[in-house]
Amino acid sequence: MADQKKKKLTLVQQEYQELAKKHEPPRPLLSNFTRAFLVGGVICLIGQALQEMFIHYFHFTEKTAGNPTVAVLIFISALLTGIGLYDRIGQWAGAGTSVPVTGFANSIASAAIDHRSEGLVLGVGGNMFKLAGSVILFGVGAAFLIGLIKTLIKMGG
Amino acid sequence: MTFFWAFLVGGTICLIGQFLIDVVKLTPAHTMSSLVVAGAVLDGVGLYDPLIKFAGAGATVPITSFGNALVHGAMAEAQQHGVIGVVTGIFEVTSAGISAAIIFGFFMALLFRPKG
Repeated sequence: MADQKKKKLTLVQQEYQELAKKHEPPRPLLSNFTRAFLVGGVICLIGQALQEMFIHYFHFTEKTAGNPTVAVLIFISALLTGIGLYDRIGQWAGAGTSVPVTGFANSIASAAIDHRSEGLVLGVGGNMFKLAGSVILFGVGAAFLIGLIKTLIKMGG
Repeated sequence: MTFFWAFLVGGTICLIGQFLIDVVKLTPAHTMSSLVVAGAVLDGVGLYDPLIKFAGAGATVPITSFGNALVHGAMAEAQQHGVIGVVTGIFEVTSAGISAAIIFGFFMALLFRPKG
């Protein structure tokens, strides 16, 4: 795809792109990776602690404890997004905060808060899934295809 | 011991996400979509459940488990109702996550102003 884009550019533009690429600061890979790993790991650790808590103190089974755990994580993440803290952590941690389910909640909450001034229906309602929409679309698309294939195989066999 | 594996596996999945952003140069939205599809495919071939058993929240908290849960819901309904169950069951398991995100996100929009 990158080659297709290049063909449309004039010679001067191509030269400029190459020049810009040369001066682009290299991404600090090692520290980015370490941060993502540590923060992502800690969020999962918190999730595990919540899950154990629900199993031991509220008599959930290992299977049913997943739902309240996710709900609590999402609540914490939405609250942190509201007071502006989640995005500050996210700038430091990169994918460490966006890959866990808390990042999904953050993308919904932050889009809702940012577009509040445009009104409840057009602003909050219309923009809430701006970022999370693609995750839901491709998740549902993939799950539908896989579910369909597996079901058809089972029916045939 | 589950705590250790939760940290390690959860951290590794986030590391893969960071790798997709920094090295493969995907946008964050592309990265999340890829991870969700990866989770769905892994569950399709039966590899995600063993990972959850092994790593607990390390496998259920990252967004990959969203894809896994979508497939689970679809398959559970499909077993009872056939092909139509794939459509009716998709959101069965993930309902808690999506509903919570919508409800809390909406409340936060009512309570807080944008920062910075």
